[in-house]
Amino acid sequence: MANKVIYAVYEDPELLKDGARKLVSNGIKVKDTWSPFPIHGIDPIIGVKRTRLAIAAFMFGITGTCLAGFGIWYFNIFDWPMNIGGKPSQAFYKNLPAFVPVMFEFTVLCAAHGMSITYLIRNKTLPGMPARNPDPRSTDDKFIIEVRTADNHGHSAEAITGLLRETPVFEINERQY
Amino acid sequence: MNFTLSDRARSITFGLIILGAVATVAGIMGDHTDHHQRTWANLLVNGFFFFGIGLGALFFFALQNATETAWSVMVKRVFEGLFSYLKWGWIPLVIVFAAASLHMNHLYHWMDHTLYHEYMVGEGESAQYVDEAVQGAVANPNYDSLIAGKKAFLNQPFFWIRTIAYLATFVFFAGWFRKQSLQMDKETGESLNKRMILNYKRSALFLVFFAVFSSILAWDWIMSIDTHWFSTLYGWYTFAGMWVSAMISAVILVLYLKRKGYLPQVNNSHIHDMGKWVFAISFLWTYLYFSQFMLIWYSNIPEEVTYFQQRIDHHPGLMWGTFFINFLVPMVMLMSRDAKRSPRFLILVGSIIFIGHWLDVNMMVMPGSLGHDFHGIGLLEIGMFTTFLGIFLYTVLNALTKAPLTVVNHPYLDESVHHQI
Repeated sequence: MANKVIYAVYEDPELLKDGARKLVSNGIKVKDTWSPFPIHGIDPIIGVKRTRLAIAAFMFGITGTCLAGFGIWYFNIFDWPMNIGGKPSQAFYKNLPAFVPVMFEFTVLCAAHGMSITYLIRNKTLPGMPARNPDPRSTDDKFIIEVRTADNHGHSAEAITGLLRETPVFEINERQY
Repeated sequence: MNFTLSDRARSITFGLIILGAVATVAGIMGDHTDHHQRTWANLLVNGFFFFGIGLGALFFFALQNATETAWSVMVKRVFEGLFSYLKWGWIPLVIVFAAASLHMNHLYHWMDHTLYHEYMVGEGESAQYVDEAVQGAVANPNYDSLIAGKKAFLNQPFFWIRTIAYLATFVFFAGWFRKQSLQMDKETGESLNKRMILNYKRSALFLVFFAVFSSILAWDWIMSIDTHWFSTLYGWYTFAGMWVSAMISAVILVLYLKRKGYLPQVNNSHIHDMGKWVFAISFLWTYLYFSQFMLIWYSNIPEEVTYFQQRIDHHPGLMWGTFFINFLVPMVMLMSRDAKRSPRFLILVGSIIFIGHWLDVNMMVMPGSLGHDFHGIGLLEIGMFTTFLGIFLYTVLNALTKAPLTVVNHPYLDESVHHQI
């Protein structure tokens, strides 16, 4: 039997949530959902793990702080000692207040860019990457649940579509893959 | 559900007041500064710190109304409880200012009228101070050209006009918002919607007053202690301190009430949001503190550095201690999502930075008003703080018993109940 992928199309995010709840409560694994905007509260329903993007952002930020600190130390203290604000103390910790704004900005720069790029790579949505969207309408006004039979060996495609028909679904599409 | 003050809470607050009072009396006995300056300075520190909590709560309350925020409706009454302290909190401040005006203390150096005149006729008590070199006049040794230059702003009548204007405005709005909030519990439908819009407009109006007053009152009440010095960021810095103290008090109070079984509908997301506020405003405070310090440190202009020089030379522990406590503790401990949802973490961090911001007010007031007589935090400081804390807690908890802890008919109540982030 060929594996099938089923797309259940809904017209409202709340209806989609009801549909997803129904599937999950019947032991069916939902592969993913597609929607024009983030659906609040869908993650715990379909069992998406919490993002670890925040941890990545923290790492990028710390990297930025360290790089900026090292750079400033090298440029302004070690390689070419600078007289800062009329205080020729030539020590990193004594001139630290003057360096904080730069270190702070570089931290923000690294955290923000690192986080955005990580996000785009992880979602495979870097500019130029092919769209993986199954149905263009999900970028407009339709909300789609994707279920794969390969993930649900205990259930036939007919049983899944039968369950979906009991929910306020707009249409159901099946595809071989 | 109405909150009832348990006997245990009542005896703890009274215990704090009595313990603090004993320590305060013992402290005053040991206060040998001129005019009991240290006692007066302490009264100002604690009067201002707790008044600031009430004010920060009032500001946040008005902000929620003006931005029509839904999630915070659940904990609205807690903020009403906190700003109910304003009704009494002005009294210690007015006592300090009145005593300063009557020369019973010398907290405000500029209140000495002899500083403003370049010449004097006669000597001692009977001397006449004049602005021009009239017949028989000699140079006034007390004349202070810097302070005299500020006469248009720093003079007693104008100071009192401003002080009364701030206090009257704050007490009036606190009373008005509370009355409206109680009225909303009884209304539904069209009249409730009208009241919402009225609250929205009045809150916006209050925020305009608050924006100006919060800045100027910091100049008047605190910055003018170091009369020769000035900083344009001072008002915001003081305001950030008030606001974060208010948010800490609110989150600790909510956690206390929740633990006692009140506020059952407050969920993790509400706690998380309040934790975020504590985290965010700690950064606002740090940002303003550091911006003020860094610019003055960098430019190194004599008339500006006096404030920090005095503190760094004589009280480095207090100066850097408050900065690092109030910055690093919330940053490190409240950064993760789980920490902001954990009552234990929030109470721990909250208590530390509550003390941290009280120390910060000490840092603002004490070195300027006591000079070399300031030897750090002692029995008097701790005693007075404990007394005020007891009075503050009793006032707030007592105000909370007066109305249902959750609002009844608020249009955003349902959204707040289902708040989820």
